[in-house]
Amino acid sequence: MIPQALAAQLPVLQIIVPLMAAPFCALLGGRNRAWTLAFVVSLVTFAISLSLFSTTMDGTVISYQLGGWAPPIGIEYRIDALNAFVLLIVSGVGALTMLYARESVAYEIDERHHGLFYAAFMLCLTGLLGVTITGDAFNVFVFLEISSLSTYALVASGAKRDRRALTAAYNYLLMGTIGATFFVIGLGLLYMITGTLNMADLAHKLVEHGDSRTLRMGFAFIVVGFGLKLAMFPLHLWLPNAYTHAPSAVSAFVSATSTKVAVYLMLRFLFTVFGFSIPFEVDVLRTIVLPLALIGILAGSIVAVFQEDLKRLLAYSSISQIGYMLVGITLLTPGGLMASIIHLFNHAVAKATLFMVAGAYVMQAGTSTISDLRGVGRDMPFTTAAFVVGGLSIVGVPMTVGFISKWYLVQAALDQGWWPVAGLIVVSSLVAFAYVWRFVEAAYMYPTPDGIIRREAPLTMLIPMWIFAGASLFFGINASLTSAAASRAASGLIAASSLIWQ
Amino acid sequence: MMMFLSTNSALFLALFLPMSAIVLLGALRNMPRARDVAHVATAVVTFSLVLLLLTRFLNADIPNVFLFEVMPGLPINFSIEPLGMVFALLASGLWIFISLYAIGYMRANGEEHQTRFAMFFTLAVAAALGIAFSANLFTLFIYYELLTLSTYPLVAHKGTPEARRGARTYLTILLSTSIGFFLVAIIWTWTVAGTLDFAAGGILQGHLDPGYAPLLLALFAFGIGKAALMPFHRWLPSAMVAPAPVSALLHAVAVVKGGVFTLLKVSVYIFGTGFLSSTHASVWLCWVAAVSIIVAAVIAISKDDLKARLAYSTISQLAYVTLGVALANQMGMIGSTMQIVMHAMAKITLFMCAGAIYVAAHKTKVSEMAGLGRQMPLTFCAFFIASLSIVGLPPMGGAWSKWFLLLAAADANQLAMIAVLGVGSLLSIAYLLPVPVRAFFASPLAGDTPSHAHEPPLAMLLPICATALGCILLFFFAHDIYNFLLNVPLLPPEGGMP
Repeated sequence: MIPQALAAQLPVLQIIVPLMAAPFCALLGGRNRAWTLAFVVSLVTFAISLSLFSTTMDGTVISYQLGGWAPPIGIEYRIDALNAFVLLIVSGVGALTMLYARESVAYEIDERHHGLFYAAFMLCLTGLLGVTITGDAFNVFVFLEISSLSTYALVASGAKRDRRALTAAYNYLLMGTIGATFFVIGLGLLYMITGTLNMADLAHKLVEHGDSRTLRMGFAFIVVGFGLKLAMFPLHLWLPNAYTHAPSAVSAFVSATSTKVAVYLMLRFLFTVFGFSIPFEVDVLRTIVLPLALIGILAGSIVAVFQEDLKRLLAYSSISQIGYMLVGITLLTPGGLMASIIHLFNHAVAKATLFMVAGAYVMQAGTSTISDLRGVGRDMPFTTAAFVVGGLSIVGVPMTVGFISKWYLVQAALDQGWWPVAGLIVVSSLVAFAYVWRFVEAAYMYPTPDGIIRREAPLTMLIPMWIFAGASLFFGINASLTSAAASRAASGLIAASSLIWQ
Repeated sequence: MMMFLSTNSALFLALFLPMSAIVLLGALRNMPRARDVAHVATAVVTFSLVLLLLTRFLNADIPNVFLFEVMPGLPINFSIEPLGMVFALLASGLWIFISLYAIGYMRANGEEHQTRFAMFFTLAVAAALGIAFSANLFTLFIYYELLTLSTYPLVAHKGTPEARRGARTYLTILLSTSIGFFLVAIIWTWTVAGTLDFAAGGILQGHLDPGYAPLLLALFAFGIGKAALMPFHRWLPSAMVAPAPVSALLHAVAVVKGGVFTLLKVSVYIFGTGFLSSTHASVWLCWVAAVSIIVAAVIAISKDDLKARLAYSTISQLAYVTLGVALANQMGMIGSTMQIVMHAMAKITLFMCAGAIYVAAHKTKVSEMAGLGRQMPLTFCAFFIASLSIVGLPPMGGAWSKWFLLLAAADANQLAMIAVLGVGSLLSIAYLLPVPVRAFFASPLAGDTPSHAHEPPLAMLLPICATALGCILLFFFAHDIYNFLLNVPLLPPEGGMP
C-alpha cells in the first residue's frame, strides 16, 4: 500500500499538498486547467484525511514534529479522534464542492479570474485543514488568517453576479480581522503566563498556574474571538451577507466547513487548553454563552422565515444551527459534547446539500429569490428533491441526520434536567419547519411564472449534491459510524479536561 | 404457495411489499389500467399476507424482524402483538375497498396526477402497517412521521390555493405536535426507562416518579396529534379539502386510526394500565376526552357541509378511544380497540357515500341533499346503516364498542363518563340521521334545479355496499374480536420484570 516513509509524512502532506497547489492554480489559469489541478489535489487531500482518520479510529494519537523540532519548541501537528473527524469533514466537503464548482464557477465568474479563484480556494482549504491539524496555538492563528484572507477574496469574487458581494466581503474582512485580533491578544496573555505556545504544554502549565486576572482576560478574548469566527449571536452580522453574495460553490464550501472549524477550535481550546481548571470558565459558558446560543437558535430561525432570498434564508438557518452546537458544549457533559460533534458533521452535510441546490437554481433559473422560483420543483425535479431531503434534515425529521443530532441534544439536555432548553430546541426545529416548507411549497405547489424556461442542473452538480443528500439519509438511518466517532471524540475531550464525570 | 413462507419473511413482505409496489406503480404511469390493477392487487396481496400472519399468530408463532440499529440501543424492529394485529387487519382490509373506490372516484371526476396519487396512497398504508407492527416506540415514531409526510401530497392533491392552505395546516399541526411533544415524551421515556421496547405491563413502573406521570401522559396524548384530541384537532377539518378517497383514508384507514392506536399502544405497553390506574395519572385525560366528545359533536351539528360534519364527528368519536385509554382498565382497552374497528368501518362508508354524492350530484351541503335519496337509494341506505353504527345502535357493530366503554366507565367508577357517553350518542343522532332522513323524505328545495343524479359507478358502489354490510357483520363477530383482545397482556410476565 502506501510506503512506510510516506505514511509517516501524511500529517504534513495534508497541508503541503493543497498549499503548493495554490500558486500552480494561479499560474495555470482558466479553461478548466486550474480546476483540474484543484480537483485532483482536493481528492488527494481527502484520501490523506481518510487514512489519518482510520489510523486514529482505535484511539491512537498521531504526533508529527515539523522539521524534526521537538515540541514545545517546534511546531507539532497532533491528530486525535476529534480533529481527524473534522479533517475528514473539511476535505470531504472540499472534494465534492470542487466537483460541483466546475459548472457553477464557469457560470458565475469570469474566465480570466478562474486561476486566481481556484488558488484562493486551495488556500482556504489549506487554512481550514491547518487550523484543525495543528497542535500549536500560534500556528492556529497563522492558518486562521490564511483561511480568512482567502475567504474574503472568494466572497468578493461573487461580484460579477452581484456587486453587493464587495461590501459583504469588506464587512466580513472587518469582523473577521477583529475576531483574529481578539484571538491573538488572548493568546498573547496566555503566553505571558506560561511562556509556551504548544497546546499540550499550555494546558499543563495553565493547571499549575491556577486562577489569575490575566488568565481570565486571555480566556475572554479567545472566546470572543472564536465567537466572531463561528458567528455566535450577536457576533453573526457578517455571515448572512457573505453567504448570500458569495459564489454558490463558495457558499456551499464555507457554510459547511468554516464555522464548523471554528466550533472545533472552541472545543479544543475550552477542553484541551483551558480544561475548566478554574470555575470562572464554567461560569462564562453557562451565564453568557448559553443564553446567547439559545437566543441565536430562536432568532436565527425566526428571521429565516421572513427571508425572500433562498441563500439568505439558509444563512440565517446556519446561525440557528450553530446555536445547537454551542448549547451542546455548554452542557459540559459527554452526552452534550457528543451531540455537538455529531451535529457538526450532520449540519455540514445538510447545509452543503442546500447551498448546492441554491447554486443550481442560480445557474439554471438565474435567481435565488423564492418567489421567482415558484414551480421549480417540476422543472428541476432532482435538484428540488435534494432540497427536500436537506430541508427535512434541518427540521430533524426521522431517518435524516438532523433527527440524530436533535435526539442526542434533547436527550443530553433532559439528562441534566434542562427542561426549558430541551423545549426551546424543539420549538426552534418547528420554526425551521416553517422556513423549509415555505420554499418547498413554492417549489411544488405554485404554477411556474409565464415565460420562464428552466432545465435540470448538469450531472457534475447533481452528483455531489446527491452524495450529500444521500449521506444525510444514510447517516440518519444508520448513525452507528458517526455516533461512534463523535462519542470517541467527546470522551477524549472530557478526559483531557479537568472536568470530572462519574 | 404462501403457506411456505416463514413467519418472519411474511412479516417482512407485509411491511415492504407495499413499499416496493410504489416503484411498480410509478413505472406503470403511462398505462392507467395496468396501474390500477396493480394498485388493487397490491392491496389484496398485502391483506392476504396479514391474514397469514394472523393464522400464524393464533398458533403462537410470533415473528421478529430486526432491520438495523439507528443509534446504539435504538433498533428498527418489528413484531406482532394482538393490538397491532387488529390494526393491521383493519388497515390492509379496508385498503382493498378504498383502492377500488379511489379508482372509480378519480376516473369519474377526471382528476389529474392519478399515478402520484396511487403512489402516495400506497406509501401511507405501508406506513400504517409499519405503525401496527413496530416492536418499539422508536420504530413506531419513524413510521408515524412517514405517515404524516406521505399523506401531505394527498391532502394537497388538487393544488388550489384552498388545498394548499388546508394541507399546510394539516402538516403544521401534525408535525409540530409530534416533534414538539411526542418526540420529547419518547426521549424522556428513553432517559428514565433506558428502553423503548413495547413490553407487557409497561416499562415505566418503578422508573418514573408517579408525580410526573400525568405530565408525560399529556405529552403523549397531545403529541400524538393524529388522535385529534382537542385543542389539536384543527388539522382534521382542514384536511377536508382532499378528495373523498383521501378523506376516507385519513378518517378510517390510516391516519386517525394510526393516532389513537399509537395512544392505545403507549398506554398498554409503555405506561401499563396498572401503572396508570394505580397512580390516577390519567383521570384528567378522561375529562379532556369528555370535552372533546361533547364539543366536537355540537360543532358537527352546526356544520352544513357534509364532509365538515363528518370530520367533527370523527373528532368526537376518536375521543371515545382516548376516553377508553384514560379509563385505564381492561374493558377500556377492549372498548377502545373495538371503537377503532367499528368506527373505521362506519366512517369509511360515510366518507365513500359523501364522495359518491359529490360525483353523482355534485352536492356537498346537507341542506341541498333533500330528495336525493330517491335517486341514489343504495348510497343513502349505506349511509343510514353506517350512521346507526356510529350512534351505537344494534344490530350494528358500533353498539359493542359503546357497550364495552360503558362497562369500563363503570369499572373505573367514573359515573360522569357514563353520562358523557350517553350524551355523545344522542348528539351523534342529531348530526348524522338528518342526512339520510332528508334525502329520503324531504322534497327538494323550491327553486333548486331538479337534479338527475343516479347511483355512482360500480367501482364506487360496490365498496360502499360491502363496508355497510361490514358494519352489520361486525355486530355478530364482535365476540371473536373480544376473545382475541383478551390475549393482550396487561400485566408483566410472572416474575419476569424487575
